Amino acid sequence: MTLKLRDLSLKPDLFGNGHGLCAGCAEPVSVRQILSALENPPVVALATGCLEVSSTRFPDTTWKVPLIHSAFENSATTISGVEAAYKALVRKGRMEDRPLTFVVFAGDGATYDIGFQWLSGALERGHKFVYVCLNNEGYMNTGIQRSSATLLGAWTTTTPSGDARPGKPEWHKDMTKIVAAHGIPYVAQAASHNWKDLITKVRKAEQADGPAFINVLTPCDRGWRFEPEKTMEVSQLMVEAGLWPLYEVVNGKYKMTGARQKKRPVIDALLSQKRFSHITKNADDATIAGIQAKVDEEWDALQALCNMPVAAE
Amino acid sequence: MSSQPQSEQSRSESPLWQQIQPGGIGVNPGSTDRVQTGDWRTEVPVVDFERCTHCMICWVDCPDASFEVANAKLIGVDLKHCKGCGICAQVCPVKCIEMVPDSAENRETQPSNGASSESAK
Repeated sequence: MTLKLRDLSLKPDLFGNGHGLCAGCAEPVSVRQILSALENPPVVALATGCLEVSSTRFPDTTWKVPLIHSAFENSATTISGVEAAYKALVRKGRMEDRPLTFVVFAGDGATYDIGFQWLSGALERGHKFVYVCLNNEGYMNTGIQRSSATLLGAWTTTTPSGDARPGKPEWHKDMTKIVAAHGIPYVAQAASHNWKDLITKVRKAEQADGPAFINVLTPCDRGWRFEPEKTMEVSQLMVEAGLWPLYEVVNGKYKMTGARQKKRPVIDALLSQKRFSHITKNADDATIAGIQAKVDEEWDALQALCNMPVAAE
Repeated sequence: MSSQPQSEQSRSESPLWQQIQPGGIGVNPGSTDRVQTGDWRTEVPVVDFERCTHCMICWVDCPDASFEVANAKLIGVDLKHCKGCGICAQVCPVKCIEMVPDSAENRETQPSNGASSESAK
């Protein structure tokens, strides 16, 4: 069945209006696409982050789905408990057995840093849920601090750029591959500009027999320092520069989604964001060459993984 | 703008502590709809419906769900919530959305100048 926006637009909107996310934020775009992609009624756990503080301002809520609010770190554990409780109640005949999809929305801070061991534990226990990481590469809701998802060289308030240091000195953590190493049925990387790719991946994740993880790049116009109308363009540039490859890992088999993604040098993506302005003002900057070399190396490693035959079971 | 009456209205609509559910459970799904985030806007999208192909790309990429659709057709813009980010004008494949400075005059050129979301309730 081909995926058509007109068909999706007939479905009820499960994430409403009037939330307090910034103008040009990519997170509500992706959340709405993900909720519209699900076939079963969702039950959502929400980690602390931009999305949570802006969409659940007491006594209001933007959500039109059952939602459980958890702390910064334990959204994966919360949804594990919800899923286990639901199974137990069904077994005891106290709840009707019907297909539900358990979903977590968490930011990169809650996934890469603070909720890391909790997520790892939930994946290992094999609860059936879809974990969505809305990755804006930093702690944007508290005022643009670095996270372990922040790109090398990026300015943040905790990695200021100046004579002593050119922004963040460390390379970011490759969370998608770390999650894939848990051997769960479905892992994917998606970006907010590509709704078709994201919705296809969410549908596969929902059908997966066990935990599923989707890492969605959601550019932050305040934190990345670009004009709010450029959100989708920046998302696309990040993918085309190879900084955010779109791929999926189905039962251990890596596969690129979409043909010929990497077609630009990284400088094109860096120039679109003023958080890199201290290194992009000089095109010969050693940091840019370093980022390009590392991106090329990781890209080749990813292609090798995609070309690797899966061991016979 | 109407920011002052809006905030007074919000306060009066907030529940008393005796009315709050145990655990602070929210009981009104989608109740932020009453928040007028359109106040943030400095530019307003104007859609040329003559050229619109109803591809829905603006609808799917709008952070504020401000494109009103009915029967898979774009029918208007919800200016009560539109924050004027301008993503729609950037992603429109036929470039039929233009961002113009927000003013009462420019808002009136919209087929659903924020009133439709009110009347829909």
